[in-house]
Amino acid sequence: MLRKLFSFNGGVKPDPNKSASTREPIARLPLPPQLVIPLHQNIGGTPRPLVRVGERVRHGQRIGAADGNVSSAVHAPASGIVMAVEPRLMPHASGLSAMAVVIEPDGQDEHVEREPFDWKAASADEVRDYLRDAGVVGLGGAVFPSHLKLSPGRAMATHTLVINGAECEPFITCDDMLMRSEAHDILHGAQIMKRLLGARQVLVGIEDNKPEAAAAMRAAAAALGDPSIEIVVVPTRYPAGGAKQLIRVLTGIEVPHGSRSTDYGVQCFNVATALAVLNALERGEPLVRRIVTVAGNVERPRNFDVAIGTPIGFVFQHAGLKPDTDKLIMGGPMMGIPLPDMDAPVVKATNCLLASSPALFPPPQPELPCIRCGECARACPADLQPFELYWHSRARNFGRAQEYHLFDCIECGCCAYVCPSHIPLVDYYRYAKSEIWARERDKDAADSARERFEFRNWRAEREREEKAAKLAARSAAAARPAAAATGAEADDPKKALIEAALARARAQKDAAAARATDELAPAGGQQAGTGGLQQAQAGGELVQAAPSDKQVE
Amino acid sequence: MYNSPYLRKNASVRRVMSTVLVAMLPAIALQCWLFGSALLVHIALASVTALLCEAAMLALRHRPVAPALGDMSALVTAWLIAVCLPPLLPWWATVIGTAFALVIGKHLYGGLGQNPFNPAMLAYALLIVCFPALMAQWPGLGVGDFASQMDWVFGGARAVDAMTGATPLDALRTGLMTGQHADAVLHTTPFGHVAGAGWEWVSLAWALGGLLLLALRVITWHVPVAFIVAVALVATIASAIDPARFAGPDFHLLAGGTLMGAFFIATDPVSGATTPRGKLIFAAGIALIAWCIRAFGAYPDGIAFAVLLMNICVPMIDMKTQPPVFGHKNGGAS
Repeated sequence: MLRKLFSFNGGVKPDPNKSASTREPIARLPLPPQLVIPLHQNIGGTPRPLVRVGERVRHGQRIGAADGNVSSAVHAPASGIVMAVEPRLMPHASGLSAMAVVIEPDGQDEHVEREPFDWKAASADEVRDYLRDAGVVGLGGAVFPSHLKLSPGRAMATHTLVINGAECEPFITCDDMLMRSEAHDILHGAQIMKRLLGARQVLVGIEDNKPEAAAAMRAAAAALGDPSIEIVVVPTRYPAGGAKQLIRVLTGIEVPHGSRSTDYGVQCFNVATALAVLNALERGEPLVRRIVTVAGNVERPRNFDVAIGTPIGFVFQHAGLKPDTDKLIMGGPMMGIPLPDMDAPVVKATNCLLASSPALFPPPQPELPCIRCGECARACPADLQPFELYWHSRARNFGRAQEYHLFDCIECGCCAYVCPSHIPLVDYYRYAKSEIWARERDKDAADSARERFEFRNWRAEREREEKAAKLAARSAAAARPAAAATGAEADDPKKALIEAALARARAQKDAAAARATDELAPAGGQQAGTGGLQQAQAGGELVQAAPSDKQVE
Repeated sequence: MYNSPYLRKNASVRRVMSTVLVAMLPAIALQCWLFGSALLVHIALASVTALLCEAAMLALRHRPVAPALGDMSALVTAWLIAVCLPPLLPWWATVIGTAFALVIGKHLYGGLGQNPFNPAMLAYALLIVCFPALMAQWPGLGVGDFASQMDWVFGGARAVDAMTGATPLDALRTGLMTGQHADAVLHTTPFGHVAGAGWEWVSLAWALGGLLLLALRVITWHVPVAFIVAVALVATIASAIDPARFAGPDFHLLAGGTLMGAFFIATDPVSGATTPRGKLIFAAGIALIAWCIRAFGAYPDGIAFAVLLMNICVPMIDMKTQPPVFGHKNGGAS
């Protein structure tokens, strides 16, 4: 059956560079001498450590418990001894450290009991809790807790489950290789997701530069005999693997910034996430390993099945890092983040480790003035006017930048890729966004301080009023001692007084809020506050956008 | 340390500007062949002046000189000025015009990318306001050799009036003022087939270069199409209403700077509108104003003034024509 495909505006076609790492099948990387497992590997709350130094842990044992519902557990990828629970360097451009559990594997690989979960019999909430405690997060790079995305839609029923196998970033091939080798399990996982969502159809989107993966998935779909699953080959055009772009291509639906795709009846997951859901529910295996593409300036580019927490240097050893490497990148060349050090560990978000050399990714040429040629606007998949955003961000005119939809930018890098003036456009947007977030935080802090202060004043006032009312009531009672039946009436003036005080406080607060919003940029306030989260929900390959939300905090 | 994206397309301002220069070559070559090579002298004069002014202004503004000179944008401005000016113009006028464009039109506003007005049109406007007589010194077809043209440019020769030929727009204006029927004027000898012997072919050469820019994606279709359609439309309507006073669309399209303006002047990204709808409005506005100046104004051709007037409107046009953002079309999902 031929499905009518839609297209999104813009996009670019860089050289895919995918063949080098797809020549060999996925190799299982041995365990390193030490695993560094960051507790915070998801969007949302940082899990609480469950183990102490010196404790022995088993493979698959939970070592960090989800902190609240918007969080996800972490597990030990091997049996061994906990050597430390301390801040360690994170795979993040900031070079900051965060809490991690350091485990020295004992080589026995002793498992915790693996019990399949009877998810068909369990309630929806039980299934979601189970997935949260199995540490299943979006593996396309967003690491948004998957259990949060697996509820039937609220606004409308979810009709379509999109499985994202587009993998549009150059060099990255982990999803490609996973689809070639685990097609059946991926689709089985997708069937479970479909059932949890109550969806009617599953659309698997794969870019047309991955014919082997598409063939394997088609064969698996035919073997399953599930007519609701459709493998759809989409044109190769970066960023077709962005969740919103892929949803647009497959269904024609444009999910605006600030909305969830489920509001439009669609949910989207990465292929590796579908497999992780299957492994958790059917096999009782928490998420402790992932496929990582090692590519770029290495002797043996390849995909490895890597235990979460393996130091990046250990992975590169196995691929043979070339001596002229000048930089290490996590993710692809369009959206990847520069890594601070070889010691940073592989995390659930690590889809690719890219070694850069001056020959492979030459340093950018000097930045020239913008000539408003509009190439960026033609390349922008979000239909923005990037040069206007640049202009206003550069001028620190953040209100205007928000009016030009700064927070609709997905930081895919298409604009900077085509810019003839070599302007690092995305850096300007990152700067503007972080400045706006910082201002929001400052404003929130000031607001809550003011609220506390006003509440304190209101309370003092209320106490005064109550005392006065009590006094009045007592003197009234003294005046009419026999009127026991009128006791109820005596309460009424008191109540009225409290009501009046409350109303005054409310009016004061409203006036204060009105003043506070005057200073802020228009319409942006609300957008900015939720920006990080929604960015994350965009899912797919595209969400390394707001790193500050991912690993710091 | 720099951030993603690490991949960059092989694009540069220099490449964009060089492409524009190459696209100008057919028209320049044809004009030289038909009307003599004085144009090349003006191109050289304008180029040298532009590069010197650019370098001096960058040095005064404490900006790195070499990368900015290498971007070729000053050369594009210089060439556009030279091709707009009559080839028999004295050399100093070209120098003044170019210096004015670069120093005042470009660098006093902040240099490349910051100028609100099209620098080449500023130069043209300055010269036609200051030296209207000199700006009429267009050579006639096949009259005079290179040496006598140089007499005009450098020697200030004024005797050989026979060398200049009225441009079609000038001839039409004069003819109409003396009470002739537009159609009758257009059928006199200097008019070639449609819009001036020789000049109509030069116009077509501009269109050829413009199509090259379109094919290489240096410009989009919006400006030339809106420009040409607007000129054709207004000329058709006007000549249908009063054929005695208004020339038809074929004349207006091929005469003067219409095609060059449509492909090379109004497409200047820095001073022009940038949104797709904005470009249509911007170009149509130029076409309408230019036609009005031709039909009712004091100057024979109005492209320069029309461009400058529309330049003023660009910020508002851009602001009011922002295209809908992904997901916000039709108020949500589409």
